[in-house]
Amino acid sequence: MKVVERKGEMGTVEQAGVRREVSFAMLPDAAEGDFVLIHAGFAIQTLNEEEARATLDLIREVAAAGEEDG
Amino acid sequence: MNSGTRLSQALSDPQLGARLVAAIRAEAAALPPVSIMEVCGTHTVAIRRSGIPGLLPPSVRLVSGPGCPVCVTPNETLDQAIALAGIAGVTVASFGDMLRVPGTRSSLAQARARGADVRVVYSPLDAVALARAEPRRKVVFLAVGFETTAPTVAAALLSAQDVSNFYLFSAHKLVPPALRALFARPDFAVDGLLLPGHVSAIIGADAYRPLADERRIPCVVAGFEPGDVLLSILMLLRQMRRRASEVEIEYRAVVSGPGNRTAQEIMARVFQPEASRWRGLGEIPESGLALRPAFAERDARAVFDILPQESREPAGCRCGEVLVGAVRPPECPLFGTACDPAHPVGPCMVSSEGTCAAYHRYGG
Repeated sequence: MKVVERKGEMGTVEQAGVRREVSFAMLPDAAEGDFVLIHAGFAIQTLNEEEARATLDLIREVAAAGEEDG
Repeated sequence: MNSGTRLSQALSDPQLGARLVAAIRAEAAALPPVSIMEVCGTHTVAIRRSGIPGLLPPSVRLVSGPGCPVCVTPNETLDQAIALAGIAGVTVASFGDMLRVPGTRSSLAQARARGADVRVVYSPLDAVALARAEPRRKVVFLAVGFETTAPTVAAALLSAQDVSNFYLFSAHKLVPPALRALFARPDFAVDGLLLPGHVSAIIGADAYRPLADERRIPCVVAGFEPGDVLLSILMLLRQMRRRASEVEIEYRAVVSGPGNRTAQEIMARVFQPEASRWRGLGEIPESGLALRPAFAERDARAVFDILPQESREPAGCRCGEVLVGAVRPPECPLFGTACDPAHPVGPCMVSSEGTCAAYHRYGG
């Protein structure tokens, strides 16, 4: 979910127009605009876009290799 | 649409999936039959829902592990929570799935129907809010969950230092000690571990390295989309072919080697490891979390007289064996007959993350 507001230890996250108040006690450095993973009312980790893309690239690489072999 | 949505769409792209399956088949052809344990209940559900087992070659077998927090909580804990809810002035709050698990004599939901004050919360912060709103009630939060949940509970407790009517009944469990206990079983034969994504976001992939080294077991921390799971299986098979025993991270978007250190510190400030009993696995040293002595006034186990219960697991239920991968749900005589999601006999059929519930819903 996307962080739309930070206020002290709390903050607001949004996905598909639904907003929720969550705690950032575990993710004090998360900033507005970051994408975060939510669990039981807490932001627990920031989604690292670069790393996410690296995983996707790896999948595409494997898929492309499979095509050549096949 | 955000980048997270785009990524998850790509990861569930059937065409990419089909090519990953082809790569898995090629890899598996060069290996003897192998078993891979998906440790986490959320993975079990994702795998069953997407029909992945039917796509894999017969020589690659997926086995579910002890990764459903509600399921591994033994009846003793549940019976104690029900006894707590019977004390005048006490409110027991917990996550929804806990309420329907049949204890030895009743479930928390049945206790509520008989007049006990039992509430469902989505977050431990809701339980704190409940205690603030109802200062004359003693609100006990029955805290179940692994390392993903434990720091949220710890943070909630730290935020409730001034709330004198808020108590914790900690039934938290830790994943790495349970894996260690699994490998110590003589009948345990698994060739690779598909490791939990969200637990690992907190504890970090490095937490599994001692186990991987000691047991020479390939490990991959996996995400939850079909593409994540397939890629992770492929990574495991490739490790097996290289005879490697590394801890690789497929779910790189949220999992790193060290994990979330802030969350780890919060958890360590509030809890300390203790021996804990697991359904199916028995007592495992250092596998549970007790409140540190500094929080004794908030510790339900110290404050209330929680009497030992004459607890039994349900007759005929093989949930304990399902949790260690020894038995698949359809091998249980109660599965789909005496036990189904509407009338669950054991917790593996109750929890949304339970292996039996996933098999029942999506097929075995």
